[in-house]
Amino acid sequence: MLNRIKSPLQVADVVRECGEALGREKSRFVICAGTGCVAGGSMDVFREFERLLKAKGLYGDVQLLFEGHTSPVGVIFSGCYGFCQVGPLVQFQPKGIIYTKVTVQDVDEIIKTTFEEDSVVERLLYRKHDGTLCPTEDEVPFYGKQKRVILAECGHINPEDIREYFATGGYQALASALSKMDPDGVIDIISRSGLRGRGGAGFPAGRKMALARESQGGRKYVICNGDEGDPGAFMDRSVLEANPHSVLEGMAIAAYAIGADKGYIYVRAEYPLAVTRIDIAIDQARRSGVLGKGIMGTDFDFDVEVFQGAGAFICGEATALIRSIEGFRGSPEMTLSYYPTERGLWGKPTLLNNVKTLAFIPKIIANGVRWFTGMGTKGSPGTAVFALTGEVRNNGLIEVPMGITLREIIFDIGEGVPGGREFKAVQIGGPSGGCLPRELLDIEVDFDSLLDAGAMMGSGGMVVVDDTTCMVDLARYFLAFTRMESCGKCVPCRIGTKRMLEMLTRICEGKGEPEDVGRLEELALDIKEGSLCALGGTAPNPVLTTLRYFKDEYEAHIHEKRCPAGLCANLVTFHIDSEKCNGCTVCARNCPADAITGEKKKPHVIDQDKCIKCRECLSRCRFDAVYTE
Amino acid sequence: MSEKIKLTIDGKKCAGRPGRTILEVARENDIWIPTLCFDERLEPYGACRICLVEVKGAGGLLPACAAEITPDMVVKTSSKRVDSIRRTVIELLLSDHPADCMTCESTGSCALQDLAYRYGIKESSFKGEAHSYHLADDNPVIERDPDKCILCGRCARICDEVVGPGVLGFVGRGFDATVSPPYDRLLEESPCLFCGQCVSTCPVGALTSKLSEGAGRPWELESTDTICPYCGVGCTLRLWTRDNKVVNVTAPMDKGVNRGNLCVKGRFGFQFIDSPDRLKHPLVRGKDGRLRKTTWNKAISLVAERLSETRDKHGADSVGGLASARCTNEENYLFQKFMRAVVGTNNVDHCARL
Amino acid sequence: MFGSGAMTNSIGDLGYADVTIIIGSNTSETHPVISMEIIKAVKAGKKKLIVIDPRNIMMADFAEVSLNQRPGTDVAVLSGMMHWIIKKGLYDREFVETRTEGFKELKKVVAAYTPAHVEKISGVPAAKIKKAAELYAGAARANILYAMGITQHVTGTDNVRSVANLASLTGNLGIPGGGVNPLRGQNNVQGACDMGALPNVYTGYQKVADEGVRHKMEAAWGVELPEAPGLVSTEMVRKRSEGGVRAMYIMGENPMVSDPDLNHAGEVLKNLEFLVVQDIFLTETAELADVVLPGLTFAEKDGTFTNTERRVQRVRRAVEGPGEAREDWRITCDIATAMGYPMEYGHVSEIKAEICSLTPSYTGISWERIEEKGIQWPCPTPEHPGTPILHVGQCARGKAKFMPVEFKEPAEKPDRQYPLVLTTGRILTHFHTGSMTRRCKALDELVPRAEAEFSPHDAKRYRIKDGDMVELTTRRGSIDVTATVTEKANPGVVFMPFHFAESAANVLTGGALDPVAKTPEYKVSAVKVKKKPSK
Repeated sequence: MLNRIKSPLQVADVVRECGEALGREKSRFVICAGTGCVAGGSMDVFREFERLLKAKGLYGDVQLLFEGHTSPVGVIFSGCYGFCQVGPLVQFQPKGIIYTKVTVQDVDEIIKTTFEEDSVVERLLYRKHDGTLCPTEDEVPFYGKQKRVILAECGHINPEDIREYFATGGYQALASALSKMDPDGVIDIISRSGLRGRGGAGFPAGRKMALARESQGGRKYVICNGDEGDPGAFMDRSVLEANPHSVLEGMAIAAYAIGADKGYIYVRAEYPLAVTRIDIAIDQARRSGVLGKGIMGTDFDFDVEVFQGAGAFICGEATALIRSIEGFRGSPEMTLSYYPTERGLWGKPTLLNNVKTLAFIPKIIANGVRWFTGMGTKGSPGTAVFALTGEVRNNGLIEVPMGITLREIIFDIGEGVPGGREFKAVQIGGPSGGCLPRELLDIEVDFDSLLDAGAMMGSGGMVVVDDTTCMVDLARYFLAFTRMESCGKCVPCRIGTKRMLEMLTRICEGKGEPEDVGRLEELALDIKEGSLCALGGTAPNPVLTTLRYFKDEYEAHIHEKRCPAGLCANLVTFHIDSEKCNGCTVCARNCPADAITGEKKKPHVIDQDKCIKCRECLSRCRFDAVYTE
Repeated sequence: MSEKIKLTIDGKKCAGRPGRTILEVARENDIWIPTLCFDERLEPYGACRICLVEVKGAGGLLPACAAEITPDMVVKTSSKRVDSIRRTVIELLLSDHPADCMTCESTGSCALQDLAYRYGIKESSFKGEAHSYHLADDNPVIERDPDKCILCGRCARICDEVVGPGVLGFVGRGFDATVSPPYDRLLEESPCLFCGQCVSTCPVGALTSKLSEGAGRPWELESTDTICPYCGVGCTLRLWTRDNKVVNVTAPMDKGVNRGNLCVKGRFGFQFIDSPDRLKHPLVRGKDGRLRKTTWNKAISLVAERLSETRDKHGADSVGGLASARCTNEENYLFQKFMRAVVGTNNVDHCARL
Repeated sequence: MFGSGAMTNSIGDLGYADVTIIIGSNTSETHPVISMEIIKAVKAGKKKLIVIDPRNIMMADFAEVSLNQRPGTDVAVLSGMMHWIIKKGLYDREFVETRTEGFKELKKVVAAYTPAHVEKISGVPAAKIKKAAELYAGAARANILYAMGITQHVTGTDNVRSVANLASLTGNLGIPGGGVNPLRGQNNVQGACDMGALPNVYTGYQKVADEGVRHKMEAAWGVELPEAPGLVSTEMVRKRSEGGVRAMYIMGENPMVSDPDLNHAGEVLKNLEFLVVQDIFLTETAELADVVLPGLTFAEKDGTFTNTERRVQRVRRAVEGPGEAREDWRITCDIATAMGYPMEYGHVSEIKAEICSLTPSYTGISWERIEEKGIQWPCPTPEHPGTPILHVGQCARGKAKFMPVEFKEPAEKPDRQYPLVLTTGRILTHFHTGSMTRRCKALDELVPRAEAEFSPHDAKRYRIKDGDMVELTTRRGSIDVTATVTEKANPGVVFMPFHFAESAANVLTGGALDPVAKTPEYKVSAVKVKKKPSK
């Protein structure tokens, strides 16, 4: 595929060569093949493109470009392009046309209209909720306020072909580190850039590197933490799927800086596509001489192995992750007298960083400190990647400059709450984060402001909820998750999360006692401060923030035995508005408990004794006749 | 020797060598810090969170069992925050722990009971699910009661870190985690050596000795420190006695070559002492060839007479004596003195080579 | 070589060694608490372990390198290691020059023991011998632990000398975490030796043959003492025609289970003119006695024991003995008195004082001083703190002398008739002749019977299944025992414990003795096996 690179200076040539070769392709269709789009059938779409273009005699294999041929149009699949809500996505480059929800049946028309007729298939374009058509990325609001840095290539290049990464200037940062910088120089740049760990805690990345560099102890390791486990978060997966080389390059630079010769990528076994693509990337990188023994002809050795986690949330915690690689039960260790940077994997100095942190490293080395600090806020320079999900029009993966407001994210990028509902809150940072209310929509998002508000950057999950969500129930949901994922090592987390969950469940069931609010808060604070690791230390955040911002909902459940959102089954009854009901019988036919009776075309009624509060009637009724009390 | 580090604990000026923990220095200075998952034979673990203390300038609370002392450290072992967390930890543990202290084997030597008493916790304010396992381990020495387990991990760690086989480990996670041999098997189906080191470290009643069931509360027993009668290591044993009967054996942590460690024989091999087979009277072989009870006077005279007779008739070297590798130094000394000075032979030996 | 049979170092300093060799000691079963010190250090990454044993013992699970030698080839293996250490220049030149003599002779003898040659003798791959040698010699501090697997051979003394040579060669003497450390098998076997319960020495290894010492003892005891050293136990228990004794006084020993060639020993004991046995149980030996005297257990008396690290420790009475049973020392006193030599002591501490006054190495170890904590001999004065490490700066006898030895085959080699090697020893749950542990209900329930261990290879060859009854036969006799098939055993070697009177391993063991130490060769007997028809 590529010849082995024999010197760092040679990388520029390879970059140019790849750029030129790919430039011989005049236009290309890019089919998003992130996990979401693949699930939506995008690989079938991709194959259909291949088939049809071949049939038309248009399709040129990338290999041909490298052999000097030109091609009028090509087709590749890419990693996640972010806008999962409307996938499978197809782009037409260089024009930047984006088609949404593409099916196999649409392919022929797309090729004809877009390529052959130089026009657009309107019905497949993204349509704003005011009806405006948005043919290109610049016009789609979802991309409008984004600042894509580590996601820049995601969705644009083929993650399974290292030449595409080279064509974007890939591995030049590693080349310049190896040829122009000593390890301290690398650390100096990362330190001055102010890059903070993207795993959630925001520890200064340069300082961590420096600690690992200073540590003595023979062999050293770099570990990439891709054990993303928050419900609703898929940032790390997407980066690994869409641009695995950026992570490998970041790891290699970090390894050079600290003096490591071995790296591990810890990735969930539930991310099979990511695993496959990393494996391919490692293989290609080794063969290209940018990974393995004597990288780029220098005496720097660094190789990477993939370690698949078994799915325990706790293994995202650094020390538990290390134990897990060592073959032990994944439970956290105390890091009081030393950090993993001093004694980590197999007792050796270990630099452990999140996927995104590592992906930033080559960007910063390549573009410089000023470029990086030019984005974001003073305390949190750069950009942040969020998985925007929940009750928001545009779901997907976004990258925004630090300091952007929640409002901009949710209402501009996300285009607000659908279905005529009201925005109620946003849960940031997954189960370890907090729930922020409408009043805080204008806070500028960065590591410190979120902490002040009781939430945290966490790994970057952002779940928007509307007014049909009960905040006590939401806290209960997240607690159910952390209780399940607690490793059980320390008492506060092991029994404390269980007892909090039980209390929240009682409150939701209308069995709450007046003292429960105080008891819950006290227990939450003790767990927060008393737990061994960050899982327990942050598990109470959803409870504490909902208590802080939505105390009235707790009180309504406890004192009035009422769920303001009408969600908690024990506290709500379902009724049919006889004026609105036209007797269509849909509700009665779908009621699993046979609790709804009524003659055709006459108002129906719900037998409260039989009703199991499954909400089926509420969601089925097209006339808004079912209401709760 | 490196210079000692000076620090203040609860207003008291203390000092300790580098690498010492807050807990170690506090204990040397008679300052009490509660612990549950700590055992000086093991690496610090930091799981119970009961030893958290306030350290001026530290970000949060630190576990005293693991946090090393630093120069001019100011430690408070008790404060509103610390006590609140300790109370919460105790209450949480009690909320999933049987309240059967009246009949529990460990009453009086239970760390959880002591803490509940010390902090005046009569009842946990947390209500909720409590575990109820039913376990029947057939082995003759170790009783396991997972209902009482507080998951401090001491048993699992001592079996791994000190004894070696690592028979016990955590199974499952979170609230439903348990400690068990692999695949939830019984101890007798595992490579367990039955040393009872796990029993020795269990702070509650989850692991107890079957040999001492119902033998008495600690305050009803007397204890005597002595040396183990088995191999040559010379472990210090603490014999617990009641009504002239040894009912339990433990090893003091602060004494002897073994510092709290024992093996299966040392810990569980005491039943021979009051075996019904014990010889209680001198015996002499009668004309019919059977051994019969006799008096000490008759027995001693007979021995003296017959030994003298052989010596006088055939010379001192026709008599031999075997002393004992199980008797005391004083007894062995007298025995060889007897053989040499009284019988007049150097024919004295014991089973040193066997 | 450099003193007496005791650990040169302390149990507390075993953990300090960067490398530990365990040879001929099934430490986790015979000295479990010492094994814990070792395992803890290995698990904490502070120590590397080398295990040299014919069986795959548990300690081997924690070893960096594990060597399975053919039983009785220890001299060859140790010589192979020394050969390699000298060849690679890994020995401690300064130590060898300043603190030893006889290096040239050693070098000459081990020159023939190339790892390849040793592989042929012992079956241990040459690469493993080299690795073990490099590991041991490369450590800043390294110690050697051994037990009966070294001594219970006709070449026992040679084995011990080889161990000592190895330690001297690498300068591992007189330093914390170094030394040569025999692990003694019984609670007070060290003390019994120290107290002169040996035919050639008085207390503290003062020689019977030394006139000055004898005069000191004569003066103290007020009698004339015999000059000639006496017989060791295996010499006493012989037919009269072969020099055996006519009458015996046996205190707390059970040769009817522990002696080699039990059929022979039983015959001798039965034919004694007079046998008095003093014990806590009617042991297999006591059953043969003319008079049986009931003594007390450790829990019923005061006194001292000396452990394997030479520490003299207090034994304390916790309960009263049963019936008319009496302290053993009082019984001895009464017999002495009845024989016209009044022995009277009001309390054991008075005996202790007498020991101190007559024993240089015990002089400072008074009853009062060891109330709280034991003291390690030598302790020559009341102010002396005791000696945790022997041979610091200088060996007891001045320079350590290398005693090079050539490999010799065991007395009995397997042949067509007796094709397997039987090796006997101890197991974790029982002790010695089982008189105590077999009477502990819990222990006997844990391990109720003897089991002979066969390798899967031999089991297949002799069609033996786990749990089968087999008959083991040597030139001395036969016994029935339950077979167990285990990876712990290596092909060609059968192991069985000697604790069980009903399957008495010592019916099988040989009469061959080490010519110097007079230790029986329990570790090597040629044996044949026959499966018993199932009932």
